[in-house]
Amino acid sequence: MTEPTMSRSTDANSVRKVVSVQAPQAVAWRVFTEKMGAWWPLAFYKIGKANAVDAVIEPRVGGRWYERGEDGSTCQWGSVLAWEPHSRLILSWDINADWQYDPTLKTEIEVRFIADGSDRTRVELEHRHLDRYGARRDEMRAIFDTEGDWGRLLEAFARAAAA
Amino acid sequence: MVTYEERALDALGDPTRRAVLKRLRGGARSVGEIAEGMEVSRPAVSQHLKILKAARLVTVRAAGTRRVYAVDTRGIEALRKWLEGFWAEALTAFKAVAEREATKERKR
Repeated sequence: MTEPTMSRSTDANSVRKVVSVQAPQAVAWRVFTEKMGAWWPLAFYKIGKANAVDAVIEPRVGGRWYERGEDGSTCQWGSVLAWEPHSRLILSWDINADWQYDPTLKTEIEVRFIADGSDRTRVELEHRHLDRYGARRDEMRAIFDTEGDWGRLLEAFARAAAA
Repeated sequence: MVTYEERALDALGDPTRRAVLKRLRGGARSVGEIAEGMEVSRPAVSQHLKILKAARLVTVRAAGTRRVYAVDTRGIEALRKWLEGFWAEALTAFKAVAEREATKERKR
């Protein structure tokens, strides 16, 4: 299995990944959008108090993107900004540095599904506008305070990145 | 030992320093440019910038004879690194599920 490759972009405010999948475009699209709970690292990233059992994208522009807990509770992560079945999806990921939903803090995830023959798909992902965290920093005083502060979160980021 | 997070909290406790940071959001500026239109003196702005720098909220570089201040983006770099790792893991898992699904459909 090949690892997703990273093309180092000049834009320091975005992350780009490309992965080539041995699956038709329609299957890749469906697994990404309808079966997100089957591959999203829920143990690693979720925001609700309950154990998360699924990640759901409502299939339309304006639809919600959320996690579902084992107790049936839901926690919103963002929303659907572009919905072009089988080829292109844009999600907003509105999670602040405190891992809380904040609809004013929109980072964007664009995913393109490009058919490479009938049986292979190139999936390109870009997570952008990361500077919106930095731009908001002076307004985000609370996160410097006590539990769950920015600094501690960044230490965790750094540890995870180094692991 | 006082951590830089604690310093950041202290640094942001002052309204003038918050105003200084706000001015830097639009881009890097010199002390003179920051002080322009503010109710505090230039030396006072310099003093505030020193505190913001110690708290790792701003960076400074020399541009000729001027010193130019900007919002410190090291926090963003750490976030970016974390997201690089996160997306690599998520897409590797996605690929595995998509390929399993494709195999299942081919057998149908």
